[in-house]
Amino acid sequence: MDPAKEEIVGSSDHDHDHDGPGPHGAPLTETQLRVKALESLLVDKGLVDPAALDALIDTYETQVGPHNGARVVARAWVNPAFKQRLLENASAAIAELGFAGRQGEDMVVIENTSKVHNLVVCTLCSCYPWPVLGLPPVWYKSAAYRSRAVFDPRGVLREFGLELPKHVEVRVWDSTAELRYLVLPERPAGTEGMSEEQLAALVTRNAMIGVARVPSPAKPAR
Amino acid sequence: MNGAHDLGGMHGMGPIVAEQDEPVFHHEWERRVFGMTLATGFLGKWNIDMSRYAREQMPGPSYLNTTYYEHWLFGLERLLVEKGLLSPDELRTGRPQGPAPDPLRVLRARDVGKVLSEGGSARRSQGAPRRFKPGDRVLARNIHPLGHTRLPRYARGKRGVIERDHGVFVFPDTNGMGLGEKPQHCYSVRFTLRELWGPGASRRDSVHIDLWDDHLEPV
Repeated sequence: MDPAKEEIVGSSDHDHDHDGPGPHGAPLTETQLRVKALESLLVDKGLVDPAALDALIDTYETQVGPHNGARVVARAWVNPAFKQRLLENASAAIAELGFAGRQGEDMVVIENTSKVHNLVVCTLCSCYPWPVLGLPPVWYKSAAYRSRAVFDPRGVLREFGLELPKHVEVRVWDSTAELRYLVLPERPAGTEGMSEEQLAALVTRNAMIGVARVPSPAKPAR
Repeated sequence: MNGAHDLGGMHGMGPIVAEQDEPVFHHEWERRVFGMTLATGFLGKWNIDMSRYAREQMPGPSYLNTTYYEHWLFGLERLLVEKGLLSPDELRTGRPQGPAPDPLRVLRARDVGKVLSEGGSARRSQGAPRRFKPGDRVLARNIHPLGHTRLPRYARGKRGVIERDHGVFVFPDTNGMGLGEKPQHCYSVRFTLRELWGPGASRRDSVHIDLWDDHLEPV
């Protein structure tokens, strides 16, 4: 991200506060103690099984993530019938690849084209399609993104380094219900003849949220 | 409620700071809060809308000055006390003062994979008959409930067009308050940026918001 651009689009009327628990989740000793106390209380009372906590954490830290969504996108790029199913009934099509469940029960896939660019946000909390993207990054959950994505989407995209031509229509999707949105990015030029696996490796999380395009593969160095 | 969580359209929240190669969790306590929140959700004492409402009740200045998992921690502590699983004294002292109130089905490690992949859809097979169809012009109600609502402030009183009918879903505004699921149709409603933000906004661009029959009136 270009800091100069960030400054223009970003905070124009106040200095960002870097003290205290900032956007990167700086720890508070008090919070750490509070969490430890709560966990031991819940375990002592038999309300949680610590092994279940570990399994829950491990699932989202090491198994589920944007590599799942990338496989969905790559499949749609190489398989027109799958793409059609994906756009018509996203949950069922995504389940064909084995991805389903919590926070992705009812999926909607929206397609980026040369004429339409889609961007996903959740202004009220931070709803996010866990089975295909994992847990959201801090910026997606930040007040800065949640406040501005619906007000100045082009400015937000510029902040991510994506300057859209005027003729492209921007559609923002505010996830206020239990529908979960995944952007199907445009397949970049220069990927003809690539395999599904090679294509999946190109797809980024940000492209599936809609704050980036999938870049063309780097030309091999001479 | 018109809380600090309802952020759409607010100014002065600073630049968007995207971290390169960001880890899933930044601190061990975040892992534990995430795990405890999911695990206790399976006790069946509250629903996801109640969880959201609990976080929304964090006082505004604190909400804006803390991180995502601190919101979760606040909401979790609140629900545990509100639903009688912990007493305020236990929470304050960290010492258990008795067994859990009644037999509860506690999530076990062996069941984690199964319950996560099953999920829990808010879609319902039956509900109130739909009031709108794609193409209908609608007005988002100008309501300001003190309780939970998924109608964001920036859309209230604005005109939009029904883009698609998602089908029948649980209505969070009642479900989050313990007033029942009240299943009804949920729609993707398209609002132009001009309608939302006035003549200075782009003519071409739009925001799609998922809203329920009870949020909408015909135009």
